[in-house]
Amino acid sequence: MTDPSAGPLTTTSVREAVPGQVRAEPLLKIRDLTVTFASRGRAAVRAVDGVNLDVAAGSTVGIVGESGSGKSVTSLAAMGLLGRRGVEIRGSVDFDGSDLLHMPEQELRAVRGREIAMIFQDPMSSLNPVLTVGRQITEILVRHRGLSGRQARDRAAELLQSVGIGDSLRRLKSFPHQLSGGMRQRVMIAMALACEPRLLIADEPTTALDVTISAQILELLRRLVADTQTALVLITHDLGVVAGLCDTVHVMYSGRIVESAPRRPLFADPRHPYTTGLLASVPRLDAPRGVPLLPIPGSPSDTLPWARGCAFSPRCTRQVDACLGAPPVLEPLALPSHLLRCVNPVPPRKHLG
Amino acid sequence: MSLTAGVELAAGERPESAGGGLYRDAFRRLRRSPTAIVGAALVLLFVFVAVFAPLLAPYSPTAVDLTDIRPGVFPGPSAEHPLGLDQLGRDELSRIIYGARYSLLIGVVSLSLGAAVGLTLGLLAGAFGGWVDSLVMRLVDIMLAVPSLLLAIGIAALLGPRLISVMIAIAVVNVPIFARLLRGSMLAQRRSDYALAARSLGVTRSRIVLQHVFPNSLAPVIVQGTLALATAIIEAAGLAFLGLGSPDPAIPEWGRMLAETNAFLASAPLLALWPGLAIVLSVMGFYLLGEALREALDPKLRR
Amino acid sequence: MSLLEVRGLKVHFPIKKGIVLDRTVGQVRAVDGVDLSVEKGRTLGVVGESGCGKSTLGRAVLQLEPITAGTVVFDGEDLSRLRGSALRAMRRRMQMVFQDPLASLDPRQSVASVLAEPLRTHGVKGPYEKRVRELLDLVGLPGSAANRFPHEFSGGQRQRIGIARAIALNPELIIADEPVSALDVSIQAQVVNLLEELQERLGLTYLVIAHDLAVVRHISDDVAVMYLGSVVEIARADELYARPLHPYTIALLSAIPIPDPEVEDRRERVLLTGELPSAANPPPGCRFHSRCPFRQPTRCADEVPALRVLEGFPGSQVACHFAEQIAARELKPVHAEAAEPAATAHGTDTPPDSRRSSAGSPS
Repeated sequence: MTDPSAGPLTTTSVREAVPGQVRAEPLLKIRDLTVTFASRGRAAVRAVDGVNLDVAAGSTVGIVGESGSGKSVTSLAAMGLLGRRGVEIRGSVDFDGSDLLHMPEQELRAVRGREIAMIFQDPMSSLNPVLTVGRQITEILVRHRGLSGRQARDRAAELLQSVGIGDSLRRLKSFPHQLSGGMRQRVMIAMALACEPRLLIADEPTTALDVTISAQILELLRRLVADTQTALVLITHDLGVVAGLCDTVHVMYSGRIVESAPRRPLFADPRHPYTTGLLASVPRLDAPRGVPLLPIPGSPSDTLPWARGCAFSPRCTRQVDACLGAPPVLEPLALPSHLLRCVNPVPPRKHLG
Repeated sequence: MSLTAGVELAAGERPESAGGGLYRDAFRRLRRSPTAIVGAALVLLFVFVAVFAPLLAPYSPTAVDLTDIRPGVFPGPSAEHPLGLDQLGRDELSRIIYGARYSLLIGVVSLSLGAAVGLTLGLLAGAFGGWVDSLVMRLVDIMLAVPSLLLAIGIAALLGPRLISVMIAIAVVNVPIFARLLRGSMLAQRRSDYALAARSLGVTRSRIVLQHVFPNSLAPVIVQGTLALATAIIEAAGLAFLGLGSPDPAIPEWGRMLAETNAFLASAPLLALWPGLAIVLSVMGFYLLGEALREALDPKLRR
Repeated sequence: MSLLEVRGLKVHFPIKKGIVLDRTVGQVRAVDGVDLSVEKGRTLGVVGESGCGKSTLGRAVLQLEPITAGTVVFDGEDLSRLRGSALRAMRRRMQMVFQDPLASLDPRQSVASVLAEPLRTHGVKGPYEKRVRELLDLVGLPGSAANRFPHEFSGGQRQRIGIARAIALNPELIIADEPVSALDVSIQAQVVNLLEELQERLGLTYLVIAHDLAVVRHISDDVAVMYLGSVVEIARADELYARPLHPYTIALLSAIPIPDPEVEDRRERVLLTGELPSAANPPPGCRFHSRCPFRQPTRCADEVPALRVLEGFPGSQVACHFAEQIAARELKPVHAEAAEPAATAHGTDTPPDSRRSSAGSPS
């Protein structure tokens, strides 16, 4: 919710630290990505606000946030999937040396098909309902990898097999609606893998699935990253999913990264009040019973425009005067890979041993 | 930690949508939609012209001015007759203006008739379900199976070519449309969570249907009503064009005006243009308004 | 004495086919023989994945679904025998909270009208303003909310309105069907806490139905785990995580991610294979045997296990022939079939950290 009275939308001039920066040149390098939605008669909404992000080959990067945090918009904008009308995208998205934001549409489509793949929450809407699963996979193989019809069919069967779909030759003849939700998500992953992409972006891949099926899918993704050196960007609202799967975690709030760190430091020593708030507000399965939940007050729509201070401050229990006025900057802590955007962070936890 | 924290903030965050239910909210959105404004302007113009025709028309629609008329020659637009004279020497503008009355009359009467019968049937089917629903829907299916033009010709043959037979024919066409629409909408609403919530509260079935289900099912009906007016104007014109309307040559009906100019199309093309334009503009007005209403009333687009 | 006793409850939906005359060609056994009881003032959680029948169970308890067989006894009265006004009178004492707070509120009703409806329905004389304000206050909404409409509120606030409606008549039992799953993570705790606070203040009894085991465990005293229409295990909530007895519970618990990398890396996962069978054609014997990692060649496929108390586990009931052996760790889960390579247990075959370090630094 950008307040029109906040004046013109400006990007922070302060040079911000880059989360998850790796020494070797990363596969995906997002710099200062800003996405503004403007529709006539309405105040412009800045959904993503100066996001920096590095993803190295073979690593898993998690983006965590609630609705309206900009986590999905970040990936859609980076992949050029937001359309052009009413959207303004600034910054740079460097994928292996080429800028995706300024690439001709046709070239971008080729990159998206061959090198970057995406899977979404609802596989049904991403699959073509009138074509068989086999047809949809083989089409990709023929178009992007130049396989012949027969080769493509064999490879498609192999792919289905590899994502845990048994009896794959028969399954190739199925239509999407004949498959269960978990099976469809597996098909989506098989399609994503068909071109052996170097980067896989999974946007809430398991949110629509049951827990036991979701565990299977996550295990599949985990294995994929370990086996093929594919980089994985996992977008989710579920801190638990991130904890088990991601090397680096970025927590987003209202369009900006508010905290980011390798997963162990992040969960062992969360410093942003929003991160700690999220952790304290979900019941843990292994916690002793009777531990009360500490909810974050208000709702995700109660935000302040970043230009006027910290967007989280209206809901923050640690709000101080310094939170208002200027936007807080994303800065490294003692551990250089741990970045924080907060002027009054949660004190570090005492470490035992 | 206070449970109320943040509530005040959120409650005050959208002053533009302060207060108001579904329809007030929809109205607010309509006012911002260019489609709705253009549509409403055309509809208002149409209704205004129809209602105040005697005041607006410079001449009587039946008055004949023979000063300039000769066989095969049609005086075009002039200072006295902005749209010219028709084949019988009557002022074209006045006839177009009076024509709006008949279009509106046919539209409103046939729509009211059709909607009244259709909605009653739909309400019965939607409220009771079961065998009532089956019976009503089979009846409606039969009505739908007869081509509307054939139906209109049949009715015209039965009642003779009169204005009222055109109205009845169009009404009959509208009956199954409204019946199915309301029934479908009500069935969907009956399955909704709030209907279940009302049941779990112990609210009686008739009250759930009348207080919750029926009012919430009306949004698509309102949209359809607007669109049906447009269709009615076209159908009335079409039937009149085919000679199924009133045979009284004094009645300036747009469709028949169009039909009558058929013979003089080469020498006086403008005479075909005026009624055509009138039909197009009024129909477009209702369509645009209907589309804008559909968007404004769509619960998925509400915030 | 239990406030709610469910015995042998079955809800079967006919599958109909035919163009002119409907023929019943089969039955979906949404709920197929469930026994439950809830003590006054306590909370029973019902968990299970989609299609397990938990929502149908909740509605059937409130007589919102036709019951095929069994009884639902509420405070000594068999609800399944009540009809018409007698049933409506009983509805005053048991209410429901729904999953989607927006869908469960009539979009045309103001909050005041939503909250007055139960009062009016049960013959409480107006004016209702005072009670409406009282209710709003109870659920933590400002009095000014009364004149607003559901779509003007955020998800969490709408759920508060739904809860206020449910408590308007001072009911004894509240059935909450997925009360928080439609809400943002940071909001869920607000609603969970509100439900707990109201239970304490108003002495409510809860039946909480949800797929999120962590939420259910947090809010409940006892938890019933459902699979394909029947209850496979009932356990005390504090013991469920530590000592799950049924193979399905074990798998379900191990599938739920915990927001802690230390725990995640060390956990043993029991991944299930295959898909949920159709409730129209459930497997014979134990319903879970087709996916069970502990499946045995005898009994599982041909004998329906009854819910029973296990020696040494007084608080629990479990429906598994081999629960003793599984609890004693005499049986080990079988993983990975050739067609299901995804089912390898992570953390058991790889040391937790070797995978990380190799993935983190590209060579």
